[in-house]
Amino acid sequence: MKINKMLGTAVALTALAITMPAFADENAELVINGEIPIVTKTAAPAHLEGALDEIMSGWVFRSDETQAMEMDDFDNPAMLFVEEAMVAFETPMGSEGKSCADCHDGPESLANVRPTYPKWNDAKEQVYNIQMQVNDCLTERMGAEKEKYDSQLMKNYLALLASVARGTPVNVAIDGPAQPMWEKGKEMYYTRYGQLELSCASCHEQNYGNWIRADHLSQGQVNGFPVYRLKDTKLTSAQGRFKGCVRDTRAETFKPGSEEFLALELYVASRGNGLSVEGPSVRN
Amino acid sequence: MKRIATSLVALGLMTGAALAETAPGDIQFDEYGAVEASLTGTPGNPDEGRKIMTTKSMGNCVSCHEAVAYADVPFPGNIGPILDGAGSRWSEGELRGLVANAKMTFEGTVMPAFYKVDGFIRPGDAYTGKAAPADLPPILSAQQVEDVVAYLMTLKDE
Ligand code: HEC
Ligand code: HEC
Repeated sequence: MKINKMLGTAVALTALAITMPAFADENAELVINGEIPIVTKTAAPAHLEGALDEIMSGWVFRSDETQAMEMDDFDNPAMLFVEEAMVAFETPMGSEGKSCADCHDGPESLANVRPTYPKWNDAKEQVYNIQMQVNDCLTERMGAEKEKYDSQLMKNYLALLASVARGTPVNVAIDGPAQPMWEKGKEMYYTRYGQLELSCASCHEQNYGNWIRADHLSQGQVNGFPVYRLKDTKLTSAQGRFKGCVRDTRAETFKPGSEEFLALELYVASRGNGLSVEGPSVRN
Repeated sequence: MKRIATSLVALGLMTGAALAETAPGDIQFDEYGAVEASLTGTPGNPDEGRKIMTTKSMGNCVSCHEAVAYADVPFPGNIGPILDGAGSRWSEGELRGLVANAKMTFEGTVMPAFYKVDGFIRPGDAYTGKAAPADLPPILSAQQVEDVVAYLMTLKDE
């Protein structure tokens, strides 16, 4: 704990010493384990025309030290949770006596999930994120209890599903039946919430690259989620992060797992279409 | 009652400032966003203003603005302009307007309004994430706004 705090201070001091750099290392490239190249910057998807030309992963904005932790699984604290999820994946749960592995041929067979969710679920006739899908499997196929939205096990599954998709481009569909939800999320992104009257765009579109006190503002992309946050030494889901960002506008925030945050998650995910899935990632 | 209070101030007869305080809803901006009249009738204290601007739980202006004048405060943000010279660039009334509600000067600015209590979307109870109380206070009190303005007025060009 203490070490993390000191690390944070050291990092911030370094930032100050080089008088407000645009980026920690603008040209750093992310290759995980020396073998998985990650696209951390690319041309913005067409729907962002007029808003952003280039999209960038939050990784680009972190300090050299934090960036390095993501380059090797042995240095990435989030990989411990991936290992826990691998065990859970093969553990029978619930009245049916089945494990995930009974229906899915290893986590790798699910590599297409993280890049494409949230997405429309035809049978349920609504937009689904990974948590909702996992809970359906738990309750409907395994006869188990559903997991709380941000439970440790749930976040572990998110980390596992992200890890097997690393390097794959985010490719969330925004048309078809998911479109109304996407529009709703877009409206939220530009709504200036709270007593500070700040929208997601105020910080992450208009001011990325700038500093808000000691925080280097990124584009607020979710391609790296779940993230392991050094300052609270645990995994955070995208909606968990949204909750904190809305709260920080002196607003009544929304609940992770709410309809509103699902819409926002879909929209924010689509702003990262083209970036690689990078999670579980490391952030300060 | 209010009329009487105002005219008393005008005559310089007020002793206690509290009665004369301009409520957030009564504040008058001119067409450029300036607020000529003091919100309290009591001169601001620049030392207090500096503290408000550089303290996270108060004005926290330093989260967005740097200034050589408070270079001792670590990690200033750079969302807004550097504030050195603000007291030369702007009049006292303009600065009061900027602090009270900068959106009256700069349309659509990201700078929050520090003396405003309504018109928010999902206002919260400070940083708790919970809903705001019915009588949501402004971020800064009337006298705190005056203190901040007094400090900004000391930030002159060399
Ligand atoms: C007052 C400024 C502010 C506002 C408004 C804001 N954020 Fe953030 N956000 C931050 C800061 C500071 C961080 C941490 C540094 C960074 O990654 O940008 C952050 C981080 C994030 C991250 C993590 C990015 C990563 O790669 O780890 C996401 C995602 C995010 N914000 C989304 C949002 C969304 C969606 C909204 C609107 C609901 C929002 N933010 C509103 C300040 C803000
Ligand atoms: C969230 C960011 C933010 C915060 C917090 C903030 N400001 Fe600003 N401020 C800005 C921006 C951005 C501008 C530039 C106006 C524009 O173009 O939008 C500005 C402009 C100003 C100006 C005029 C610029 C000049 O010097 O010529 C003054 C004076 C000022 N702010 C004072 C303050 C004070 C005092 C506080 C705290 C009580 C404060 N600001 C808090 C973002 C902020």
